[in-house]
Amino acid sequence: MNHSKHLTGSPAASISSGRRWAQWLACATVAAALVGCGSSVKLDEVPVTDRSGTPVQPGGAGSGAGTGADSRGVAPVSVAPGQIGQPPASLSRTIYFDFDSFTVRPEFAATLEGHARFLNADRSRSVVLEGHTDERGGREYNLALGQKRAESVRRALSLLGVSDSQMEAVSFGKEKPANPGTTEEAFSQNRRVELSYR
Amino acid sequence: MSFESKPLSTLLCGAPVGPARTRRSFMALGALGAAAGGGLLAPLSAMAQFRVEVTGVGLTQIPFSIAPFRGAELASQNIPAIVRADLERSGQFRPIEAPPGVIDENARPDLAPWRDRSVDALLTGSISRLADGRFDVRFRLWDVVRAQDMGGLSFPVPASDLRLAAHRIADYVYERLIGDKGVFSTRIAYVSKDGNRFNLWVADADGENAQSALASPEPIISPVWSPNGSQLAYVSFEARKPVIYSHEIATGRRRLVATFRGSNSAPAWAPDGRQMVATLTLAGQSQIYALDPAGGQPRRLTQSSSIDTEPAYTADGQFIYFVSDRGGSPQVYRMPAAGGPAERVTFTGNYNISPAVSPDGRWLAYVTRVGSGYKLQVMELATGNTASVTDTTADESPSFAPNSRLIMYATRVSGRESLMTTTLDGRIKTRLASAPGNVREPDWGPFLSA
Repeated sequence: MNHSKHLTGSPAASISSGRRWAQWLACATVAAALVGCGSSVKLDEVPVTDRSGTPVQPGGAGSGAGTGADSRGVAPVSVAPGQIGQPPASLSRTIYFDFDSFTVRPEFAATLEGHARFLNADRSRSVVLEGHTDERGGREYNLALGQKRAESVRRALSLLGVSDSQMEAVSFGKEKPANPGTTEEAFSQNRRVELSYR
Repeated sequence: MSFESKPLSTLLCGAPVGPARTRRSFMALGALGAAAGGGLLAPLSAMAQFRVEVTGVGLTQIPFSIAPFRGAELASQNIPAIVRADLERSGQFRPIEAPPGVIDENARPDLAPWRDRSVDALLTGSISRLADGRFDVRFRLWDVVRAQDMGGLSFPVPASDLRLAAHRIADYVYERLIGDKGVFSTRIAYVSKDGNRFNLWVADADGENAQSALASPEPIISPVWSPNGSQLAYVSFEARKPVIYSHEIATGRRRLVATFRGSNSAPAWAPDGRQMVATLTLAGQSQIYALDPAGGQPRRLTQSSSIDTEPAYTADGQFIYFVSDRGGSPQVYRMPAAGGPAERVTFTGNYNISPAVSPDGRWLAYVTRVGSGYKLQVMELATGNTASVTDTTADESPSFAPNSRLIMYATRVSGRESLMTTTLDGRIKTRLASAPGNVREPDWGPFLSA
């Protein structure tokens, strides 16, 4: 592919060689370009991707992304419904809280940073922070406690640079438990904030 | 809802006996029959179609009989049975079976045989069809002991109001013999949950005749009646965040009254029927705001950096009781209705929520946490004296009857969510047996303007 390197070489090289040499090179470049598709490699030497037959190489052309062997392959990507405007599925959507607590535990810092990065990358993205409590206590007071948790996550994201217009803190109190049980284990699964990209 | 009633003319000379004297004369007889203390389950009434679950008895139990009404078979509702169940459920009346033999409101019955049966009050009446298809329900109440006519009423009603006519009769008997305004013809609202189906129900105060005002796949909480009984405000999660609706029961028309940023909850109506307050999160933390009836910017009433919620107006519109954890844990406070300095009201325990004020202004009901249980408390506001009035440990959302004599609340009985009523001293309790499944969030409606 040496010839193609010449053709696609840095224009600066031809300029520094002097005007006459540059003109000659320019003419040669144009002439060569008129001959073929920007390459002087003979056509029958180009490795054509032929998916109908037995692949020449193991793995075939479809895995060109990993080997870097084929720049003309097309790797399909489909957007699943509901995932438009969502961070990667591998990023957790739930922050859990201790009993009677509204501060985000340090173990969730990385999760929050991941969401902040996603939201900071595009100011048109928005998230609803849904606060929840376990089922002990009154409905309205628990609604306010859930709100406190959502608000706590909102403040943490704000400190990471997310703007106010991208977030809304709401509460479900004890009305939408993740686990309907009444054990301590169930309670701990319900004390949470869910980050909902709607 | 307008409801006609006309008094019947008195049959005997002399004014009917006043309620106070009546009560004392009944007390002597009543004490012989009254059971000592509470915990006695009244036997299921053989005649009634409706299960009557009442525990405990009053200091007095007035023995009464309802004679078979002339024309009772014409009506689709068993009016005497509804009256009997209402009075029996109050715990202050003891029904005595009447022998067969119709007695209508125009008869002057021989009261001697009734005295022999130890009956103190006799109810007679009739049901007839009017030319326009409505029913004419009439009754007369007799003071058996003094052989006096205690008057009666006539109600021309469509078939759909027969049940209401029966409740009106029970109210009349109750008022004449006990001296308090009856609440049998009032309505209640409550929420049921069945898997992922939520319903907001409107029912008679006995729990019967429930009709769904709203069905939703998302939770409904905190329903509250408007002062004139035509609307319910409530919190709905159908928009995937809590918002407040005001809902006209008869038409199903509803409008959003609060859908501000964050959460909207704990609606309460001022006695003027127009002004509402609610808990909003515009400032970040939950605070109480006055909503603008014209839909403008709400006005903040509480000024704390803590949680302030669950506002409840006094009946005179002067004060708002509410819950605040500004002192470190949730307690009940009181502030002027226009906002201003708040004074703390509850001092026992470290978790007191869900205040409800009696319409006569004398009592405060609320829920306190004791250990891991939640228990209904009743405080006499003049003295601050507080009493626990239930045996259960999962009590929620108390609501006073409009006569200030009863409290309805939600609790768990044998593991199932149930609606209960209790007298203020805890002596007489009923369970609303007709409310199906998991039921919660009751609110007692106002007196209907007659």
